[in-house]
Amino acid sequence: MAMTTRCSDSVVLNLWHPLGALAELPVDTVVDTVLLEERLSLAVGPDGTVAVWRSCAEFAAGDKIDAASVCNSLPAKVAYGYLWASLGCPPDELFPIPEYDETDRRRLNAATFGVNVSAPRAIENFLDMGHFPYVHTDILGVEPHTEVKEYDVDISVERDEILATRCRFFQPLASSASQTGAEVEYIYRVPHPYCSVLYKSSPVDGARYDVIAVFMQPLSQETVRAHMMLCILDEDNEDKVIKRFQQTIFGQDKPILENQFPKRLPLDPRAETPIRADKSAIAYRRWLNRKGVKYGVIPAPN
Amino acid sequence: MIKLYDYELSGNCYKLRLLMSILGVEYSTVPVDFYPGREHKAGWFLKLNPLGQLPVIDDDGLVLRDAQAILVYLAAKYDTAGTWYPRDNPELLGEITQWLAFADGITGTASAARLHDALFYDFDINAARAGAHRLFRILDEHLWFGERQGREWICSTSQPTIADIACFPYIMLSEEGGISRQDYPAIRRWCDRVKRLKGFIVMSGVFPAGPAKAA
Ligand SMILES: N[C@@H](CCC(=O)N[C@@H](CS)C(=O)NCC(=O)O)C(=O)O
Ligand SMILES: [Fe+2]
Repeated sequence: MAMTTRCSDSVVLNLWHPLGALAELPVDTVVDTVLLEERLSLAVGPDGTVAVWRSCAEFAAGDKIDAASVCNSLPAKVAYGYLWASLGCPPDELFPIPEYDETDRRRLNAATFGVNVSAPRAIENFLDMGHFPYVHTDILGVEPHTEVKEYDVDISVERDEILATRCRFFQPLASSASQTGAEVEYIYRVPHPYCSVLYKSSPVDGARYDVIAVFMQPLSQETVRAHMMLCILDEDNEDKVIKRFQQTIFGQDKPILENQFPKRLPLDPRAETPIRADKSAIAYRRWLNRKGVKYGVIPAPN
Repeated sequence: MIKLYDYELSGNCYKLRLLMSILGVEYSTVPVDFYPGREHKAGWFLKLNPLGQLPVIDDDGLVLRDAQAILVYLAAKYDTAGTWYPRDNPELLGEITQWLAFADGITGTASAARLHDALFYDFDINAARAGAHRLFRILDEHLWFGERQGREWICSTSQPTIADIACFPYIMLSEEGGISRQDYPAIRRWCDRVKRLKGFIVMSGVFPAGPAKAA
């Protein structure tokens, strides 16, 4: 990770970025991580106080520390079970996920995986239903149900996020709580350049949706830590069974993501064939372009 | 029935699922939260395997650890044709065991690199990758010369053995540790042959063979 490639993209510097799942962080202990090629350290207090700072020789990973006593810390907050931080001037609020406050849901980090891919490529893959039958065979799709049916994509102006609705797909095993195959309805949101929130009809309550989010922590332009947040309706399965389901799916995506070429997402509308770049992908690329995101993408020529 | 203490993304667990599928052996799994839960270091699991490692099986009270040891047991007990671990062929048994040890070396290098990249294990990534390339080079040459002599599998027999099953998973998953198989054409052809075995199953991160090439 050469110094010269360090992030100078002010749009990305000013975002909130996820650093880790709170449930997995040791209390009052220095933990090291990387964000946008900067080495950061973080600590969580027993009362939920958090601190994030640029790593320094004074505090090494594993040292005991009182999170509340850290000065010179970066903007940091807790949301959706994760610690978030920013290297710039972030907005007050992170994007909303109201379902996270519904108390009958299981809320957990399915896993945090290191992936050799740019954050935008990973988000774009998350939006694509076309790969279900081929990559997640017998789980999220199965031949001959390969057609991606017509759906709607909007860019919500007041919320500044992408919204894909009326997405439907036949799934043999939509979730850890599924008993049979079913036509599943999806809603995708992209409320942050490197995060996406997916709603899919719940197999246990036809009126509600399971919520699955992917929060990408960009380590560099071409590597991420992918955090997978689950907020789902499932009263029967143990946490580890729910995690296993999601990890199985992500493990299938991983080689696909890591074999994307080029690793950065090209924003030039002519860069890739329209088959790969379907409707929501096109909207996502345009949205990134309009925002002026440069990090993790190949910017369109103006 | 056999109980397999299992983690979906573990190549060492997958070896056993793969052989049991090929042999048609029925089993049930006990999911272990290897990551992020580190359940293989929990008290209850250490009672089964004090090494704190997956996989472990329990076959009617017989508790066994170590993927290679379990492959030996399963093949010796459940392979009615006796080709996966030919108990009456000392030369071949020696050869198989040699490559089973080699497979554990692949775990120590290629799997370590994958654990570093994907699950943030604190390993020396350069040493792990270099070690894997060294082993891949040795296996590639061995397979290449084998092909010249009409041998398709790792050991000197016309049938695949548990040595093939033991080496396959972490070779197939090597790219997740940044280890390309580009320079190992004989390994790539052998991987394709393994994928075409009757009863072959995938794990997360391993895809089935492409459509068969016209003969
Ligand atoms: N020689 C052993 C190695 C097993 C091994 O490395 N297992 C991994 C999971 S695939 C593990 O449990 N690692 C944890 C550790 O070694 O502490 C075998 O083949 O079963
Ligand atoms: Fe996928």
